[in-house]
Amino acid sequence: MSVLVNALTRGRGRIALFAAAVLALLAQPARAELRIDITRGNVDPIPIAIPAFGGDDDRAAKVGADLAGVVQADLERSGLFRGIDSRAFIQTFPSMQVQPRFPDWQAINAQALVQGRTATTPDGKVRVEFRLWDVFATQQLKAQAYVTEANNWRRIAHIIADQIYERLTGETGYFDTRIVYIAESGPQTKRVKRLAIMDQDGANHRFLTDGADLVLTPRFSPSTQEITYMSYYNGVPRVYLYNIDTGKRERLGDFPGMTFAPRFSPDGNRVIMSMARGGSSDIYSMDLRTLERRRLTDTPAIDTSPSYSPDSQYIVFNSDRGGSQQLYVMNADGSGVRRISHGQGTYATPVWSPRGDYIAFTKMAQGRFFIGVMKPDGSGERLLADGFLVEGPTWAPNGRVLMYFRQNPSDSRGLGGDSYLYSIDLTGYNERRVVTPTEASDPAWSPLIP
Amino acid sequence: MKIRVLSVVAASLLVAACSSGPQEGADTSGAGKASAGSSVTAPAPGSPEHFLANAKDRVFFALDRSDLDESSVKSLMGQAAWLKSYPNTKITVEGHADERGTREYNLALGERRANAVKNFLQAQGVAAARITTVSYGKERPAVMGSNEYAWSQNRRAVTVVQK
Repeated sequence: MSVLVNALTRGRGRIALFAAAVLALLAQPARAELRIDITRGNVDPIPIAIPAFGGDDDRAAKVGADLAGVVQADLERSGLFRGIDSRAFIQTFPSMQVQPRFPDWQAINAQALVQGRTATTPDGKVRVEFRLWDVFATQQLKAQAYVTEANNWRRIAHIIADQIYERLTGETGYFDTRIVYIAESGPQTKRVKRLAIMDQDGANHRFLTDGADLVLTPRFSPSTQEITYMSYYNGVPRVYLYNIDTGKRERLGDFPGMTFAPRFSPDGNRVIMSMARGGSSDIYSMDLRTLERRRLTDTPAIDTSPSYSPDSQYIVFNSDRGGSQQLYVMNADGSGVRRISHGQGTYATPVWSPRGDYIAFTKMAQGRFFIGVMKPDGSGERLLADGFLVEGPTWAPNGRVLMYFRQNPSDSRGLGGDSYLYSIDLTGYNERRVVTPTEASDPAWSPLIP
Repeated sequence: MKIRVLSVVAASLLVAACSSGPQEGADTSGAGKASAGSSVTAPAPGSPEHFLANAKDRVFFALDRSDLDESSVKSLMGQAAWLKSYPNTKITVEGHADERGTREYNLALGERRANAVKNFLQAQGVAAARITTVSYGKERPAVMGSNEYAWSQNRRAVTVVQK
């Protein structure tokens, strides 16, 4: 009955994806189907009902209930959905064979309904099936089933949330992703910084380094198994690679000066970064297979924070060559440099959106910091967040959500100065704190986990 | 307020005086029983402590600048004189920035400041091979606080004599 479509073996566990059996659809009334326009900004979140997924045994039922909660939390954090309190539900689903009684869901104004079921397979894995219903059009929008190791159920939840988000918004989801960032502790003058990684919703948190060495600015490889970051290992500041699976750390290249501000190319085969020497910082590209390095800028200025366009044709970077920090775009071989930022104030940390349509940046003006976006030609600048210090935007893989860090001012005794991660919608709405076990900075969003 | 601060200082001195053994770095004016080899005596010539006692170890910079002003030049002349007196010493020049900038740019700016000091000392005859530079960007402020005074103290290059 079910057809095996794809077996995903990479990442943290094996997930088999099944196309669920197509159900006989109910008669479809001529009604526009449920769809959210997320380009509009400040949408009223749509009410969605996500009853606990029933289970065929106690363990499956527990997973099913937890799983529905994770799906709901993901969707609510996007700001586009509002989960309806389960106490309002009228109908229950003893099995997937039970069809929704749509008037029961219409009565509590659920626009969308997620029906799900979990079961334990003969070999001890967990099988999860879900259906997404348009309650007012009384129509099934999506049906899918997954099988995975029991301890891997959170990924299924994120994948289901992505499926729902994608079906209802038309945009790719971003919930099956991870965040690497810098966990901070201690006084400002003796700050301890550790590399840390967690799921996008804060689960599965772990520290990757012990805090003995100062570490900064981690970034994900498009393959998600490697991170590039900067470390003061042995007191010598250089760019490193870190393998998430093996924990192996490797210094990248043998540069005579400080290397910093690393970032992967979109295909993951290169790292671009800056090297500082003799008072000047220039941009280098390094091939990770041949370790051949290429100098892309050559000025007495500070050239840093390079970021490739998603098609790898261009690089946006930060330079003070014109007397103040501004954003420049050049061809990937270093030719054709042109300034793109022309507003008031100074600009830094440009990051090209994975969709290619915007460049996010940090801006400094009138003693305040801003997170903003502009088009790659510099037009259409919009500021999304501001504060005493906001810095270092990173894009969700769908190019719709940004994460950055916000640091508060401290007093002369060192009180305050706390730093935390925040996410915000590209429209400038739905800013919210990303919960971390310690203070945090320098977030980097992974691609969708393959 | 002032009284409270004073009482804390007094308490810490008391603790220092009560604990046994030589108190390195403590204000020893009234410590009394100086045991043999105590650090109460002047630092050894050519030592990092001797450098600190005889030269100003740091220079300060204006916002987003790396040029040396008159007082910086004076401090660096003092450093150069000491370094020439002790030609076997090596130094690390640490470049720093205040918190009012982005992390990556500030790393570059710190390197530029450390390099400005290195260039000056070299021009004064200190061999390049004796000078290492390192930038900490905004990662290691010397003075806590988000105010003009703290920022002015944190935009600095510090010369550290290697042990």
